[in-house]
Amino acid sequence: MANVFSNIGDWVNERAPGMMPMYRAHMTEYYAPKNFNLWYYFGSLALLVLVNQIVTGIFLTMNYTPSAAGAFDSVQYIMRDVEWGWLIRYMHSTGASLFFVVVFLHMFRGLMYGSYKKPRELVWLLGMMIFLVLMAEAFMGYVLPWGNMSFWGAKVIISLFGTLPYIGSGLEQWIMGDFLPGDATLNRFFALHVIALPLVLLLLVVLHIAALHEVGSNNPDGVEIKKGPKGNRWDALKPADGIPFHPYYTVKDLVGVGFFLLIAAFIIFFAPTFGGWFLEHDNAIPANNLLTPPEIKPVWYFTPFYAIVRMIPSFLGSAVWGVLAMFSAIAVLFAMPWLDRGKVKSIRYRGTGYKVALTVFVLSFFGLGAVGAGVTAEVIPAWFGNVDLTFWENLFGRLMTLLYFGFFVFLWAYTYFGWETTKPVPDRVTTHD
Amino acid sequence: MTKLPTTMKHFLSGIALALGLFVGTLPAHAAESAKVELMKSGADVRDQASLQRGARLFFNYCVGCHSLKYVRYSRMAEDLGLTEDEVMKNLNFTGAKFQEPVVSHMPAALAGTWFGKAPPDLSLEVDAKGADWVYTYLNTFYLDPKSPIGWNNTTLPNAAMPFPLWELQGMQTAQMKPAKDGEAAGVEKLVLSHPGKMTPAQFQQATRDLTSFLQYVSEPAALQRHHYGIWVLLFLALFTFLAALLKKEYWKDVH
Repeated sequence: MANVFSNIGDWVNERAPGMMPMYRAHMTEYYAPKNFNLWYYFGSLALLVLVNQIVTGIFLTMNYTPSAAGAFDSVQYIMRDVEWGWLIRYMHSTGASLFFVVVFLHMFRGLMYGSYKKPRELVWLLGMMIFLVLMAEAFMGYVLPWGNMSFWGAKVIISLFGTLPYIGSGLEQWIMGDFLPGDATLNRFFALHVIALPLVLLLLVVLHIAALHEVGSNNPDGVEIKKGPKGNRWDALKPADGIPFHPYYTVKDLVGVGFFLLIAAFIIFFAPTFGGWFLEHDNAIPANNLLTPPEIKPVWYFTPFYAIVRMIPSFLGSAVWGVLAMFSAIAVLFAMPWLDRGKVKSIRYRGTGYKVALTVFVLSFFGLGAVGAGVTAEVIPAWFGNVDLTFWENLFGRLMTLLYFGFFVFLWAYTYFGWETTKPVPDRVTTHD
Repeated sequence: MTKLPTTMKHFLSGIALALGLFVGTLPAHAAESAKVELMKSGADVRDQASLQRGARLFFNYCVGCHSLKYVRYSRMAEDLGLTEDEVMKNLNFTGAKFQEPVVSHMPAALAGTWFGKAPPDLSLEVDAKGADWVYTYLNTFYLDPKSPIGWNNTTLPNAAMPFPLWELQGMQTAQMKPAKDGEAAGVEKLVLSHPGKMTPAQFQQATRDLTSFLQYVSEPAALQRHHYGIWVLLFLALFTFLAALLKKEYWKDVH
């Protein structure tokens, strides 16, 4: 039997161009540093979630009705009448949130170990483009169930484009295809969510991985294994600190996949709305342009960016500044490889200033998230009693905004003027499990 | 969110902390409702007897005005452990076929003129407002001569709905508190002035059953989730354990 399979394999290989060389280059003869730690699971997990979103998305598409009249009912049809429809939908909705959890952790890993630095600038840029497309993809997917929060969320987010001078209101109507989010909006968002953006996303992911494999993976020590001594058990010319991706990291990632699926399954089966964070209660009400939800806020993964819009006041007669600030909060991340001029990659050997700054940056991100999600609006009166909520919330939110952008300013000055005192970086990778 | 055992809750909050999220701190999600302390409903979709009692109450007191347009009688029978005969004889008063959804006979257009607002479909009421809100709402009706329908509700002030369960609970009247500095006059508390067929404890259980039923109606899949979930987790735990052994075996020679 095994013989039959290997014969078929040989038959294909003799005729298919470049299949085995490709497999070797990216799997069995791609040498990854042997000291990857916990933080290195999230790349492969993001890939897993992407596949989950595509597969469950295909099945949802079979039963979903992309029209303002039918969308809400069709989601309930999926939840109640389609065999295993509830599981498919919860896998998709939980997957969307976990996609952002995994991607945020993956990006944080990059910041921590300097994975954006030379020679991996292109890997970082492609990753940032994936993040941007992912945000568009998630936003459009959120509109499709056509609940009341879908409707009002779409209205608010699209109205951000309306703040642009001169072209604003025309642009807003062009995006919606109407004066309010409606059938036209839903249909184009469906097309973009199901075909256009996933294609772009897949292409970018392929390029991201290809660019990574061209230069090789970074590691927790930030040591370039390609520049280190040569020769390992498999190849005399390959890095001594490298091990073949397959089977070593495939079996290791399998353990990560197991843990990740345990958490995901727990949410899917026992807390699919996650207390209103993954699926919002106001979205159980059908879209209604006459019924404004008590509080319009985006899903949790957009809240830090949404908070920045809210915290920047209008001036010079325009509200565009908040929107510009929000976009620059993402744009500035693209510039990381050129803002950070430090030569040492890993946080293990960087100066205290970087460690403190990165911690503050993460805290500011959480703080902004709390403002955007309305947590501060609940917590401030609960903790401090009858105080001026708007004043304190704005003070807190603006401080967090300042700290968020301050990270990039500090990092540039810290490395440009040579204020950073680094520790010596070892020649070889130090630890592995 | 569904009710979880305490250990599960700990586990969940552990995960949430690990992910840097805050569970259960979302602002209350009642729409036009007043800011009131919600009572704990104690609703449990896994208590089949409670669901059956709740269904009986719904079809005796609620379906006259409220539909459950996403719920089929047949599916409800299956999930609640009832036979087709039982459902068609005791619960289906709308004359629908067994496979059809629960649609009230109330003509929506006329209902709008009678009550000022057509009675909403209740298929997703618990999902939208929460079980505690529904339970509290059912327990906070009171007689209000100033209201055009004679009833009012502290959870949803000026609700357009008369109290259908009055013969069970009896009638509550409000003790008003006068306006103080900064606070408008309002309801201090509700007093049961005319007892009904049920004792207060019995009525609370009845509304708990009704809330459980509406929670089931909001998400019938909850029953399957709980049923399969534990097996999926056990399988994944075994999978992860074997994967860890495999990894250990492969990595023996990496130094």
